[in-house]
Amino acid sequence: MARPLQLLFFALIIRPIVLIIIGLNVRRHQELPQKGPAIIVANHNSHLDTVVLMTLLPLKCLKKIRPVAAADYFLKNKLLAWFSREIMRIIPLTRTANGATIEERLAGVFEALNHDDILILFPEGSRGEPEKLTKFKSGVAYIAEKYPNVPIYPVYLHGLGKSLPKGEAILVPFFCDVMIGEKLFWNGSASAFMDKLEATMTDLASSGGFPSWT
Amino acid sequence: MNSLHPHVQNVLGCIVLLLIIATIVTTVLSKLKGTDKYRELVLRVQTWWILVGVFSVAMMAPTKVAVGFFGFVSFLALKEYFSMIPTRRADRRVIFWAYLSIPLQYYWVADAWYGLFIIFIPVYMFLFIPMRVILIGDTKGYLQAIGTIHWGLMTTVFCISHLAYLLVLPESVNPNGGGVGLVLCVTFLSQFNDVAQYFWGKLFGKHKVVPTVSPNKTYQGLVGGVLTTVTTAYFLGPYLTPLNAYYSAIGGLIIGLFGFIGDVTISALKRDVGLKDSSQLLPGHGGILDRVDSLYFTVPLFFHYLYYLKY
Repeated sequence: MARPLQLLFFALIIRPIVLIIIGLNVRRHQELPQKGPAIIVANHNSHLDTVVLMTLLPLKCLKKIRPVAAADYFLKNKLLAWFSREIMRIIPLTRTANGATIEERLAGVFEALNHDDILILFPEGSRGEPEKLTKFKSGVAYIAEKYPNVPIYPVYLHGLGKSLPKGEAILVPFFCDVMIGEKLFWNGSASAFMDKLEATMTDLASSGGFPSWT
Repeated sequence: MNSLHPHVQNVLGCIVLLLIIATIVTTVLSKLKGTDKYRELVLRVQTWWILVGVFSVAMMAPTKVAVGFFGFVSFLALKEYFSMIPTRRADRRVIFWAYLSIPLQYYWVADAWYGLFIIFIPVYMFLFIPMRVILIGDTKGYLQAIGTIHWGLMTTVFCISHLAYLLVLPESVNPNGGGVGLVLCVTFLSQFNDVAQYFWGKLFGKHKVVPTVSPNKTYQGLVGGVLTTVTTAYFLGPYLTPLNAYYSAIGGLIIGLFGFIGDVTISALKRDVGLKDSSQLLPGHGGILDRVDSLYFTVPLFFHYLYYLKY
């Protein structure tokens, strides 16, 4: 029952908001995957990030898209947990280990990749300060190593941190620039992989020539 | 849906004819001389078809819906403006209020409340924005913030809303085409003027007018374009508006000259912030701002010229 509800929610509410109220300038849209398994890695500034990334792919792909999201935040009450699981179809991730191994914490991610899903991952781990890129956490390298054939698409989002930054409730429309980079694969070592990913992200960010926002 | 005035229908028919010719010419040119050089021109003509289609449908809608359509154009233009200029984080909420002035301004238009329409943004928003900025309390960059926000409102909301106000002017004064005839006249002449200046410039362009702002603008393009627009206005004006041929030609002169000024003003803005196009909403053209750049000068000037003479 959640599946048609999700489709309606995205078709009637999310898409009009993202495409008309906000508006997207997408560079190299054709680079994005149409089918899984794949991982989309993006910078994180706003709750809008996830829905914008989900809007970039056609509606028929919606059922394959799984955003990886913080369990402590998105499952904190029943209503939000229902919305997160059934409508956004998140894969909850515990941000603190609490004795669990990384293998156990990423079990949901592996399962989704085995089902040929398209994952959305924010390696910054938190929305943080608006329009600022922070250091990536290395969990994505762990996934890449285990799935060396799964392509990883770096996507840089600009503008959503202005439209709806952390701690603000009012959406103020600004165009969102979406810069899609060339896909990456596991390249042999975790540090080399993270360096490559972060360098790609920084390049995408600077290619837009966006002024800093203070 | 309203049926369009026969004069308006005929002019729209001519525009479609022009587009058919443009489509054939650009397609043939790109086939003959290689696609790359003419790709942007082909794209531009394709987008023109969509723009003319959307415009025609909007003009067939009931007047209040058509007014709302121009409100939406203002929203898109203002959003592009706010996205391209440097804004301060502290002013997020001020920008939110700036957006809210759009429904209000277009409400005054739909209500044909001329007194408030003409002072709401130049007076009330002009006073309100600094007040709201002051209450946030960040004085660093204060003048730039209030200046840029109000400039955006004046151009994208106040000036463009004159187009919508043409729709609510008393129909009885203009039996030649009603409000839609006025809108079509000023919009067509402004856009045609852009195209004419482009062509005259491409064919005979030599001496640059403002090389530091827009290197493609030449005196030959400007003069050729203005003469083309004056001539077109001489015939089109009496057909769509209450102006006679002589006054229409003067209207055409105003549109020709100030369409150029509007165009280079937005060029200067883009150059200042280091962008080529204001967005990629309209393939081949850039953004909405790139398309309405000439209108924000020509529409208020034509409006008040007409208003002074006839209303």
